[in-house]
Amino acid sequence: MAKEGNRIGLNAALEKFGTRVFGMLEDLGNIFVLLLQCVSWVFRPPSEFRNIVKQMEEVGIRSMPVVLVTATFTGMVIALQSWSGFQRFQATSLVGSVVALSITRELGPVFAGLMVSGRVGAAMAAELGTMKVTEQIDALVTLATNPVKYLVVPRVIAATVVLPILVVFADLVGILGGYFVAVYLLGANSYVYINKTYQYLEFKDIYTGLVKAAVFGFLIAIISCYNGFIAQGGAEGVGRATMRAVVASSMVVLISDYFMTSLMF
Amino acid sequence: MPTIEIRGLCKRFGKKVVLDGLDLVVPQGRNTVVIGGSGTGKSVLIKCVVGLLRADEGEIRIDGEDVTKMDERELVRVRQKFGMLFQGAALFDSMNVGENVAFALRRLRRYPERQIQDVVEEKLAMVGLRDIQHLTPAELSGGMKKRVGLARAIASEPEILLYDEPTTGLDPIMADVINELIIRMRESLGVTSISITHDMASAYKIADSIAMLYKGKIIEVGTPAEIRHSASPVVSQFVEGRAVGPITAEHEEFVRFVRGSGESGERKEQ
Ligand SMILES: Nc1ncnc2c1ncn2[C@@H]1O[C@H](COP(=O)(O)OP(=O)(O)OP(=O)(O)O)[C@@H](O)[C@H]1O
Ligand SMILES: [Mg+2]
Repeated sequence: MAKEGNRIGLNAALEKFGTRVFGMLEDLGNIFVLLLQCVSWVFRPPSEFRNIVKQMEEVGIRSMPVVLVTATFTGMVIALQSWSGFQRFQATSLVGSVVALSITRELGPVFAGLMVSGRVGAAMAAELGTMKVTEQIDALVTLATNPVKYLVVPRVIAATVVLPILVVFADLVGILGGYFVAVYLLGANSYVYINKTYQYLEFKDIYTGLVKAAVFGFLIAIISCYNGFIAQGGAEGVGRATMRAVVASSMVVLISDYFMTSLMF
Repeated sequence: MPTIEIRGLCKRFGKKVVLDGLDLVVPQGRNTVVIGGSGTGKSVLIKCVVGLLRADEGEIRIDGEDVTKMDERELVRVRQKFGMLFQGAALFDSMNVGENVAFALRRLRRYPERQIQDVVEEKLAMVGLRDIQHLTPAELSGGMKKRVGLARAIASEPEILLYDEPTTGLDPIMADVINELIIRMRESLGVTSISITHDMASAYKIADSIAMLYKGKIIEVGTPAEIRHSASPVVSQFVEGRAVGPITAEHEEFVRFVRGSGESGERKEQ
């Protein structure tokens, strides 16, 4: 009897897993279709230039404070950690390099990506989801406007362009945060610190970080818009869409980061 | 000026059949009012007509062109003939009233920017509103939203108008203003239209013909006078608004059926 029960439980679990996987594949396919639609609408008139600028302001200004705060503290904590670690083998002069490399290559873009997933991804999914469930997207269609062109294209372009800009600032304040902790709190030599920061930092470290950021921005926007578009059934549906958008885009940021890193270095 | 011809239209959501072989012809320059109980698929019908929902079967000809067979690009062209008032107004809540009404004008670049303000003012005046361009939809009452939605629908001067419950939620005087507007759209601009309404007084006033939707089909079409004196028990119950009759008899049976079998049915699904 117990065995029988187990088997039924297992079957049910497998079935659930199967539906999940199918659902994910379906979403993936739909996002790809959405992407193709974006490409096919992007150059058709009328131009969405003003809309893009508005979205850039929205994405950039909304996320700038959180991105700056997280980047500063990330730089500071790396300085603190690597200082106490490197003390064990008298290598504290390298703290500057460690901070600069880890911020520009990884932590700047990744943390900015995660913060933007939370702020902008949620906002996009909630806004589009609300528009969907209150028939505003249908209304757009009847007013001679393609919703993908009007809503998705500007958001995707804006996020792709603005995220690298955010990361430039994140890199700067992160390195400054590390400098502040090392020099003023831990007593590192300012000249050595700056020197080491420059010495091992290559241009490639910075621009690969920015390329990552652009990819993150793109993925976050398209995933969040997709989740908004498929929202159904009132406030609860919008809430669910928002949650899915944030979870999915944060995961995709980390996953795509791994693959990009393995390709780039 | 266009005609709308609907033949054998079927629309299902999952297993639920909403429209089941519906036929309806709206001659050019005429207003057909569709009446029917709540949830019978009136809104679904007009969404199929503008191509917001894809028909499962049947054809919908606008000026002889079948919209059910069109791809998105052709639909965009055909939709420019349409104006639609949504049941819930569906105003863009990120824009103010003026921007809502001007939306299609700006997208289609029908007028130079400096004329748009005048056009917006004129359209708002037609629905009995003034000096509210700067308000956001959140600051409007339900009836005002409805009228702004109507102003937005007529702003680009479409050839076909679809009104989903234009007078619901309005006071009797304002409802009559909207009735007059719908009549004027037809008489002076020759607009072809489908209106949905539960308000029989309004239906008798604005309709050239009235069509009754029941169980996924149009069961009767006639002039207001013919519908008022219809021999069909279903139609006469509806237009007279009687609680007892064939429509509710079935409903009661249905309720009893659901109550009796609902729980075991639910368990089966899980
Ligand atoms: N997108 C959808 N997905 C699933 N079912 C839907 C959808 N849209 C409508 N329906 C179903 O279709 C039926 C008809 O809906 P519709 O909105 O057309 O009713 P209606 O006749 O306009 O009613 P009312 O007079 O209350 O507005 C309803 O039972 C509804 O549950
Ligand atoms: Mg309806």
